[in-house]
Amino acid sequence: MKTNANTHIVVIGNGMVGYKFCEKLLARKKNDQEFMLTVFGEEPRVAYDRVHLSEYFAGKTADDLTMAGQEWYIENGIRLFLSDPVVDIDREEKLVRSHHGHVVHYDYLVMATGSGAFVPSIPGVEKDGVFVYRTIEDLELIQAYARKAKKGAVLGGGLLGLEAAKALLDLGLEEAHVVEFASRLMPRQIDDAGSKILQSQLESLGLNIHLAKSTQEIVGNDCIKGMQFVDNSFLDVDMLVISAGIRPRDELAKIAGLETHPRGGIVVDNGLKTSDPYIFAIGECALAHHMIYGLIAPGYEMADVVANALTGVEKEFLPYDMSTKLKLIGTDVASFGDPFIEEPACKTIRYENKAKGIYKRINVSPDGKELLGGILVGDAEQYNMLLQTCKNKTILPPDSEDLILGSRGGEEAGLGVMSLPDDALICSCEAITKGMLCQEVGEKGNNSIDLLKKSCKAGTGCGGCVPLVKDIIQGVMKQNGQYIKTVICEHFDHSRQELLDLVKMNILKTYGEVLNEYGHGDGCEVCKPVVASLLASLWNENVLTKDRAPIQDSNDRYLANIQKGGTYSVVPRIPGGEITPDKLIVIGQVAKKYGLYTKITGGQRIDLFGAHLNDLPIIWEELIDAGFESGHAYGKALRTVKSCVGSTWCRFGVQDSVSFAIEIEDRYKGIRAPHKFKSAVSGCVRECAEAQSKDFGIIATEKGWNLYVCGNGGSKPQHAQLLASDVDKETCVKLIDRFLMFYIKTADPLTRTATWLNKMEGGLSYLKAVIVDDLLGLASAFEEEMQTLINNYKCEWKEVVDSPELRKRYNHFVNVPEKDPTITFEEMRTQKRAKEWV
Amino acid sequence: MEPTQNTKDRITWHLACNVNDIPEDGGGTALIEGKQIAIFNFTRRGEWYATDNECPHRQQMAIGRGMIGSQGEEPKVACPFHKKTFSLKSGDCLNDEGYKINTFPIIIKENQVYIGL
Ligand SMILES: Cc1cc2nc3c(=O)[nH]c(=O)nc-3n(C[C@H](O)[C@H](O)[C@H](O)COP(=O)(O)OP(=O)(O)OC[C@H]3O[C@@H](n4cnc5c(N)ncnc54)[C@H](O)[C@@H]3O)c2cc1C
Ligand code: SF4
Ligand code: SF4
Ligand code: FES
Repeated sequence: MKTNANTHIVVIGNGMVGYKFCEKLLARKKNDQEFMLTVFGEEPRVAYDRVHLSEYFAGKTADDLTMAGQEWYIENGIRLFLSDPVVDIDREEKLVRSHHGHVVHYDYLVMATGSGAFVPSIPGVEKDGVFVYRTIEDLELIQAYARKAKKGAVLGGGLLGLEAAKALLDLGLEEAHVVEFASRLMPRQIDDAGSKILQSQLESLGLNIHLAKSTQEIVGNDCIKGMQFVDNSFLDVDMLVISAGIRPRDELAKIAGLETHPRGGIVVDNGLKTSDPYIFAIGECALAHHMIYGLIAPGYEMADVVANALTGVEKEFLPYDMSTKLKLIGTDVASFGDPFIEEPACKTIRYENKAKGIYKRINVSPDGKELLGGILVGDAEQYNMLLQTCKNKTILPPDSEDLILGSRGGEEAGLGVMSLPDDALICSCEAITKGMLCQEVGEKGNNSIDLLKKSCKAGTGCGGCVPLVKDIIQGVMKQNGQYIKTVICEHFDHSRQELLDLVKMNILKTYGEVLNEYGHGDGCEVCKPVVASLLASLWNENVLTKDRAPIQDSNDRYLANIQKGGTYSVVPRIPGGEITPDKLIVIGQVAKKYGLYTKITGGQRIDLFGAHLNDLPIIWEELIDAGFESGHAYGKALRTVKSCVGSTWCRFGVQDSVSFAIEIEDRYKGIRAPHKFKSAVSGCVRECAEAQSKDFGIIATEKGWNLYVCGNGGSKPQHAQLLASDVDKETCVKLIDRFLMFYIKTADPLTRTATWLNKMEGGLSYLKAVIVDDLLGLASAFEEEMQTLINNYKCEWKEVVDSPELRKRYNHFVNVPEKDPTITFEEMRTQKRAKEWV
Repeated sequence: MEPTQNTKDRITWHLACNVNDIPEDGGGTALIEGKQIAIFNFTRRGEWYATDNECPHRQQMAIGRGMIGSQGEEPKVACPFHKKTFSLKSGDCLNDEGYKINTFPIIIKENQVYIGL
């Protein structure tokens, strides 16, 4: 196809795909090509990011969502008519006529009219309080109505429906329901087992799910009052969002006599031409390969095909991958390839963990070599890699279950991103392959996400590919022998580990010395706490003395945890969770005297909240007089060693877990590390102390103790792994000494042990070799270093209480003795709470 | 607290504290005319700064407890709550365009710190 001087192209529809077409066409335009672009849009605003529409409720404005502002159209010479839909096409004369009466001639016409929400013909759908979820105007209406509504429902439990239901919850409705006609959620993406897990996850988020419900009528006078179902049940709601699928906007094409499909959609060929060779259709209005592609990535690919065609390059639109990942809902859901294929056409591997709400299924070819598809619910971290493995027909490793279960042998599971072929499509929104990214990173040096977004737009669409793009950056740099050094910040060109070695060798003890010797500039909130932590890990001197107070992070700075409103919390150490009645009484008395909110922590201690800065020293003085010590809840240090009651009371216990927990806690208290670390001791295999969720955990056996390491609760839970079994106490303590020292010396800042292990080359087997088999010959050095730290331990709070100089710093004002007058509390359940922030 | 002098552009200087009251390369908070002012002793640069104590992000009285440092040449302070950083010179927020704090003139005379309001 050739365009010559003054070819006039008219685009109907200024949605995401229509916009992308203009962008791609301009980018492809050669010097000798001249064309005029005219765009008609029905909506009142320029094209915006519909995919992230729900973020409008989270505070994004229409401007934030805009793809390109009006000025972009002007700069590029595009004539743009908004709020002005095209109402007629005269194909003989090649003219379009708009609602406002503009008549424009075209040489080529591109229809990008998208789709609208499909509204089933249920009696009552016209009532007030019934909405669809497609445009910014829809969301404005929903938001306004939700202010006076209490109970809302969404009709349709698909991808969009669930997103809308979550939005209703976030809008503050008391009840949000999802009503689905099929017997499972997301029927087009996941199977029954996956739906069950998803349902329980969504219910725990507060959504009410109703499956296999056929709606008979929407009840109410003018406004909706409820939904009557065919099975005679009734749901009491005062607003409803319909999300029952999409209907391609093909009405204009029909008027113009173009071929459309009985079930909707403008029929196009592989070049996206309609039945009229001068008219193309792209995006959600087009029916290609017998289907509507209701996702953004295939829409962008269609825009690319037509932009190619109109600049003289033949390109076909091939059947497109419809893999999807649900966003925004608070639980991961993804499906890819063919999720439903059954044996014997494949081998299916399933993993289900009801307690954690995880379901994974992969379908592998009968010979075990290829991944055909799969479903992930609850944890979709592997989605990008699995999708790539599936799309590129990568040969699978022999134990294909490792792909979803992770390897249990310590070696890296699955396949690295660098094993993908060069033509693997990484960013499908912008059609960027692995090869292109490698070139951008390797040859042009665009080695950060921000640089790549600018240079080739990778990751600017749905954003789903960003983790994979990051891995590619790392992979390429590693391949090129570029040492990927994780430098601390602009002030230090060293990694934490390097700096630790330097500081140690040169016996530096203050931040000023370290910055003078190895850094530049004046430091910042990143490197100061890092250096503070190194100094503490190396010398274990009081963190507030010498020049060290102002370099401590917010909590360490005052040896207390800063809380909402600017007060602090106080956590005395209660080793192993064992406490005498007398000490309990003291805590109660102190809390009462200083008006503190008290709460039992997750780690068997007691947290006292709401202390004024000025009161901290006197509170601690009283606690210390009663025999308490700092609990270091504010530091990157040992928190608690949780214990179960063990053999002293429990009828199952095989060892005295409490005594061991107290011993361990006393041993490692106060030692600073790259991040906080936790521990627990259980008295038998029943594991009541949950030791396997800790950085190091100990479980009693008939013969001794099992030591587990690198577990983690928190936002990314991970089970601890067995490091040694049936060892005696002494050996166990030695192994922990070595383990902690190795961690302290080699982890990046703010890296928990679990992440540290995940990043370690060689994984658990390497860790075992270093700690148990002494591969590096450092074991005795580790033990000695640990012993020095332990010998240097002093209760920091006692030192502050005893030092008038340090106590002086605990005044909110330097010039008057008053406490911060702006601090106020609210009452709750007879205690107090911090005032909500505005 | 006594107002000490009146300059032409009607800045009133207020005695805030002694230089020793503010830790080296650190900060503190003074109450001046009912207003909370954060004061920084940037020893490394040989400079002193004064700003609002209230962080505009969540209205927390905390800037004076923040960590100071530099970004390029710009001296800055980080709020201890969510680490928004502000230029000590202009008060502009350096990692979130929407915010700004006020800065105030500051002078040191005979080991006393004076703030101009
Ligand atoms: C809430 C929500 C979440 C989504 N999430 C995802 C996701 O996570 N991933 C994903 O891949 N996809 C998602 N989608 C789908 C994605 O937004 C669509 O695939 C994409 O917007 C389709 O683009 P389009 O340009 O074809 O249609 P649209 O964006 O609908 O644009 C068509 C435009 O044409 C206008 N128009 C129609 N008729 C005329 C006429 N006669 N004259 C002039 N203008 C006309 C319409 O008013 C509209 O503005 C989501 C959609 C919604 C609503
Ligand atoms: S872990 Fe064993 S010893 Fe400890 S409380 Fe549970 S059952 Fe008893
Ligand atoms: S889980 Fe979140 S809210 Fe709860 S204590 Fe931790 S950080 Fe705070
Ligand atoms: S209150 Fe200062 S950064 Fe949030």
